Amino acid sequence: MSDTLRHVSRALPHDSARKHVAGTAAYVDDLPEPHGTLHLAIGLSPAARGRLIDLGIDAVRAAPGVVAVLTADDIPGRNDIAPSLNDEPLLATDRVLYFGQPIFLVVATTRDAARLAARLARPVVEKETPSVTIEDALARGETVLPDYAFGRGNVAPALADAPLRAQGQFRIGGQEHFYLEGQVALAIPGEDGEMLVHSSTQHPTEVQHVVARILGVPQALVTCETRRMGGAFGGKESQATQWAALAALAAHATRRACKLRLDRDDDMQITGKRHDMRADWDIGFDSDGLIHAIDLQLNARCGCSADLSQGVVDRAMFHADNAYFLPVVDIRSKRLKTDSVSNTAFRGFGGPQGMLAMERMIDAVAWSLGKDPLDVRKANLYRPGHDETPYGMRVTDADTIHAIIATLEETAHYRERRAEIAAFNAQSPVLKKGLALTPVKFGISFTLKALNQAGALVNVYADGSVRLNHGGTEMGQGLYQKIAQLVADEFGIGIERVRITATTTAKVPNTSPTAASAGTDLNGMAAIVACREIKARLAAYAATLWECDADDIVFAEDALSAGNRRMSFKDAAASAIRERISLSSTGFYATPDLTWERDKGRGRPFYYFAYGAACSEVIVDMLTGENRVTRVDILHDVGRSLNPAIDMGQIEGGFVQGMGWLTTEELVYDSDGRLRTHAPSTYKIPVASDVPEHFQVMLHPGANREATVHRSKAVGEPPLMLAISVFAALCDALHSLAPGKLVPLDAPATPEAILRAARQIAPGDLF
Amino acid sequence: MASVTMTVNGKTVTATIDPRTLLSSFLREHLRLTGTHVGCDTSQCGACVVHVDGRAIKSCTALAVSLDGAHVTTIEGLASDGHLHPMQEAFREHHGLQCGFCTPGMIMSAVDIVNRKGAMLDEHTIREELEGNICRCTGYHNIVKAVAAGAQAMAATKVAAE
Repeated sequence: MSDTLRHVSRALPHDSARKHVAGTAAYVDDLPEPHGTLHLAIGLSPAARGRLIDLGIDAVRAAPGVVAVLTADDIPGRNDIAPSLNDEPLLATDRVLYFGQPIFLVVATTRDAARLAARLARPVVEKETPSVTIEDALARGETVLPDYAFGRGNVAPALADAPLRAQGQFRIGGQEHFYLEGQVALAIPGEDGEMLVHSSTQHPTEVQHVVARILGVPQALVTCETRRMGGAFGGKESQATQWAALAALAAHATRRACKLRLDRDDDMQITGKRHDMRADWDIGFDSDGLIHAIDLQLNARCGCSADLSQGVVDRAMFHADNAYFLPVVDIRSKRLKTDSVSNTAFRGFGGPQGMLAMERMIDAVAWSLGKDPLDVRKANLYRPGHDETPYGMRVTDADTIHAIIATLEETAHYRERRAEIAAFNAQSPVLKKGLALTPVKFGISFTLKALNQAGALVNVYADGSVRLNHGGTEMGQGLYQKIAQLVADEFGIGIERVRITATTTAKVPNTSPTAASAGTDLNGMAAIVACREIKARLAAYAATLWECDADDIVFAEDALSAGNRRMSFKDAAASAIRERISLSSTGFYATPDLTWERDKGRGRPFYYFAYGAACSEVIVDMLTGENRVTRVDILHDVGRSLNPAIDMGQIEGGFVQGMGWLTTEELVYDSDGRLRTHAPSTYKIPVASDVPEHFQVMLHPGANREATVHRSKAVGEPPLMLAISVFAALCDALHSLAPGKLVPLDAPATPEAILRAARQIAPGDLF
Repeated sequence: MASVTMTVNGKTVTATIDPRTLLSSFLREHLRLTGTHVGCDTSQCGACVVHVDGRAIKSCTALAVSLDGAHVTTIEGLASDGHLHPMQEAFREHHGLQCGFCTPGMIMSAVDIVNRKGAMLDEHTIREELEGNICRCTGYHNIVKAVAAGAQAMAATKVAAE
């Protein structure tokens, strides 16, 4: 089998690499605009909570270049863009829900004219005091979804009976996606109410459905097309929809093409982020560092609507065990409503927050016992006999994470460096080093079972060229390339004969978002199913011709062959068409063996787990809080890699993005609920010099034990959580100031936060 | 409205434009050179970097009319006779890209670094010099490798040409 693979497992460049470096890869804003295209700007709410009395848009309507000003009253269908509950309007009506919420839409001849006009509005809002923080929402008792919990055993007595106990409150910050390409959509009206929307979205189907809902037309009249995104990271899963729907609304109203590209400051202000959370934790353990019981309450700041918060906070709960067996456990959650833009998907989808809370507890155990945190981590890993997660799924391949940790401990020279760092810190009063090795176990599958499906459409033409379409979207992660490699090897042809085409709802309908790291698992399988259908037809035809068994037909080296009979793939295609054989097929795939019952809190929500571990070293100036990551070693499990270059890129990029989340990226809101860090000038995203020169990433060898595509594993999200090692290393450095004390460092570990923590645990020593 | 004449990728262009037109808008909307991307709108992310008279600038905060008579090179002007520039080839070869949105600006900055600092760039220098270009996808690892390799390829090409 493997010797017939010419493309799968090879480190081929991204399908658009040549276009990217040449500047010829078209993003939505680069597409040629139809004649007379109009441009949009949004009027923003001047308050976070209150009654909208008057839009104050007379001057806007009179401004130069303005063609129309649209409000909620101009929506022909339902004013609702919510992906799940009916709780989020396209444009505000009687109440405003967050600072900067779209309240009207300006349509003008140029983008500048639209933006200038939007500024002329004088909206009147009867303001109310907004809920900005988690504590505000807790005090008001407002939530967007019901509380939810799962666990095992009776926690209160188990905690009381545990020999040792630690408790705390841990704040975990949110994160701005900062996809380099901001939110953008171009809507082009067609005949009979048809609408074509080019949207930078991870979820073309949802854009299609919501546009149809907004316009009040059947879904069959709306097409959403997405060739590529300039980054997304979850920020374009549910939240690309609003801008596409606004463009479609304007195109419907004016009968002209309309484009909306958000200004970056607006984009940061009015699109959702990673959920910030407060973890209230309580852990019982023994003198060996073994966990006896955990009580964990995750308070999530969801913003003004449900959006994807059910799945996000559930996934935080699913990952609050990380890779550890928790004998008795209660994991509870609150989905708090704040008067802020709805928080949304972000790479890891809540998982990182749950996992970070667990790692804080592990550190707390180690600190209180004077043990190396790595020893506490290893002692509590899932293992035979101790392999059931708090939600009832068995971890049957925990040997993978044991092996990864053991290998990394050796190759990163953890123990030697631990001793060196202790010696360094003993003689260095101000500069302190820290080291941490942390594991990742990440569940793969959408926890909403219905989303675990995918479709593809494969056409073979008379010259043997192949046109490939599937429901997955390309945001830089290399999905298109990986699937093209799969298809080329299925047919045994060169990848240059496989034409990758833009994702469109007109070709593959009713798709799931490209999310949950599952893009290749799902769409790759669907594409293979389509290929095999066509191959079966070609093989049956060749078998008749050659009077042999169809099973003996081999597709390789650009040809079909059986024994000494051979026909080029091109000739086979041409003659099959003459014989009236269809060379077009859809393919469909649904992930098997998923049995999650949310109401019972039991089942198997994940098809499998992806594993990894990272070892990070930091140095911190305890007088200023300034710090650097000086070395990173990673060992990560991608199963059998479909493309090692792409997978390594996902690991490197995911790690650095996670590092940003936990160190420099800080979202600051004022008491009016207004985001004050709404540009990269005030919101610090990692740059090249923030990444250490020693940054070594290795792939853990081994096949996926489940029957995934070529036994590969998903890679999009899991590596982000490898960066927890950086946060733990910073805590480790702080811990050296006052051994035995719980380090009161919240995330993100900005220099200010580090300084506050240092002063708190070692008040007299340095300051 | 104001008249502006400049040389873009070797061709002389003259246009009458609103004096507030940014160079990035002029390139993208008037000349349809959409390889220059606008990421942050405020001169921080570096997706819009082009060369003006041989030096890298961020085109999203330069006024086109202020560059009357200038020679501008964009990402589209880097390749010659259908052959990628060595730095473009290095980014492709070393997987120095994912979503590709930062790539044109990243490459224009990288060429500028080599022009200013020579081809023998150590990793520390490359990382510091790239601080004005944000990439959200790659973690910079392969970008740094690509810049180092591209710099050497540029030197080799130059030697070959001489």
